[in-house]
Amino acid sequence: MTYEVIIDGKSHRLELERADGLWQCRLDGGEIRLDAVLARRDVLSVLIDGKAYEVKRERTPTDMHLWVGGERFAAELRDPRSLRSRKGTAADEHGAKQLVAPMPGKVVRVLAPPQTEVEAGQGVIVVEAMKMQNELKSPKKGIVQKVLAAEGARVNAGDVLAIVE
Amino acid sequence: MFKKVLIANRGEIAVRVIRACRELGITSVAVYSDVDRASLHVRKADEAYHIGPAAAAESYLNIPKILDVARRSGAEAIHPGYGFLSENAKFAQACVDAGIKFIGPTAASMEMMGSKTRARQHMEKAGVPFVPGTSRALESFHEAEQVAARIGYPVMLKAAAGGGGKGMRLVGSPDELESALQAARSEAQRSFGDTEVYIEKYIVNPRHIEMQVLADEHGNCVWLGERECSIQRRHQKVLEESPSPLVDPDMRRRMGEIAVRVAKAANYTNAGTVEFLSDQEKNFHFLEMNTRLQVEHPVTELITGLDLVHLQIRIAAGEKLPFSQDQVQIRGHAMECRIYAEDPDNNYFPSPGKITLLLAPSGPGIRRDSGMYEGWTVPIDYDPLLAKLIGYGTDRKQTMGRLIRALNEYFVGGIKTNISLFRRILNDPDFQAGKLDTGYLDRLLVLSSGAIPAASKGSEIAAIAAGLFAVLEPIVPSSNGASPSGAGNGRSSWKRAARAEGLRSG
Repeated sequence: MTYEVIIDGKSHRLELERADGLWQCRLDGGEIRLDAVLARRDVLSVLIDGKAYEVKRERTPTDMHLWVGGERFAAELRDPRSLRSRKGTAADEHGAKQLVAPMPGKVVRVLAPPQTEVEAGQGVIVVEAMKMQNELKSPKKGIVQKVLAAEGARVNAGDVLAIVE
Repeated sequence: MFKKVLIANRGEIAVRVIRACRELGITSVAVYSDVDRASLHVRKADEAYHIGPAAAAESYLNIPKILDVARRSGAEAIHPGYGFLSENAKFAQACVDAGIKFIGPTAASMEMMGSKTRARQHMEKAGVPFVPGTSRALESFHEAEQVAARIGYPVMLKAAAGGGGKGMRLVGSPDELESALQAARSEAQRSFGDTEVYIEKYIVNPRHIEMQVLADEHGNCVWLGERECSIQRRHQKVLEESPSPLVDPDMRRRMGEIAVRVAKAANYTNAGTVEFLSDQEKNFHFLEMNTRLQVEHPVTELITGLDLVHLQIRIAAGEKLPFSQDQVQIRGHAMECRIYAEDPDNNYFPSPGKITLLLAPSGPGIRRDSGMYEGWTVPIDYDPLLAKLIGYGTDRKQTMGRLIRALNEYFVGGIKTNISLFRRILNDPDFQAGKLDTGYLDRLLVLSSGAIPAASKGSEIAAIAAGLFAVLEPIVPSSNGASPSGAGNGRSSWKRAARAEGLRSG
């Protein structure tokens, strides 16, 4: 199995192979042999040359972080074979951009209704959670194409709230 | 002693009070809103009654409904916890009128302390030290100018009815005063419906230190040591400890005696906290009195060996304080981390949702007061406080070591929490040296979190683990796209990868 792993924004090439009940792993060209047990959901026990690591996976609808002991890393996993889907992502950078709810909450205001011209960083929609309001800003200069949540609507983390093109 | 007590609150504090009731052999009555049916306090209580919709105004702040439940269930007393109705004098009085004991001070004491200017007038009479400034609302810009010139810049304008940092303006020089006064007044009007603003000298790098007091209904009042609460964000406390690294026995005794004087001047009964602002030279000034049990009360419990909630209930039942000031002994060091549902990558914005995994720390010197459990969905409607992790040890250093260890064991999956923030604080040399002030946390957060080298062993292990997780426990995209356990949107590379796999095999 081969993956492209992005840890805190830095890309690594990872190959994993089972070997005699252990794992043979090649990370950016370096060889590591290790023992790994999934202790419970989202908790991995890793042994490398007698050194013990507990790795915990923190996942939300929008992203993933891995904890190694007390350190927290933003992690993203790509399968380098699926080039097509990555090209699709690249195309999105130049075309339509989505505004995604980073957490569950309630839409309290739409600042930029459809057809509004917005600058990058301009507020489009305000979501309230736990008595605090979060203004979601346009990721790019463009025109608000769609607003997908009405004022007063409850939204989940990861819901697309608006599209700017 | 009461046979039955209603807890007019939710979350970790409701659980905390319910536990105390059980320990004392008192039947506990919980109340809950629509979104709290599955909350922990409902399960822990002996009885639980629905009181309305999610909006607090229609449930946890609804005085007639709560009193109705108390009457129907036969509760003899109500513990308000903190927040919600805990400092509402009308509620305290409504309880008295309904023949139900309010576990806290009287409505009259609360009213006296509720307005900062009125509290100040009373306390000045009692000889309590104040930050130089006016003890009543400013009548004109001219008056503001004169007072500011007398006490010296920088000065702070504050809303009389204020709290949580609203209606506050820092003024560095005379030319900024007029516009700041207008801004503070209009913000006070918007936030509190009251334009009263007063003026105080601004203390540079202040520390927020508070003193716990406990008074019975027979005229006895004791102080139980200070808590350093300088680690704050958006004027909300994040970490508290006792003893304060600044306070020596002499300062503690002086502060304690003044706190008792404050309580006595207000005819105070039950548990309360007198807040002080201190400069780095140990000059401290009265800020306000919090007429309730504080969130951070466990640190005082650990260093005194007392149970403040037990004592609150016993005092409300008419008992005398079972000890005198001489018998109060402070031993060891305690520190509390407030675990909030907040996203460290999004400016600590609240982040509710479903908790898919919960690993809780334990072991020596660790206490955990929690309102969450694995599988629970944290509602979007209330405060983001999930739990409090409290460390206790022989001294400050041992306590910090225990907390860092426990924080490494603590894990909440499915939602974001501020657990990583405490590791940064506890490993910071200034914090370790006790160099604290209320601006500490904002300064720490401005520094990049780049303390961790990019090519550490940890990042290598993380990279390998990302692949191992993918093989051993692939994430299955959920059908509705909204479940926190699934990858719910087009941005997720997990879902992209899964789709790509699906396409190839199909």
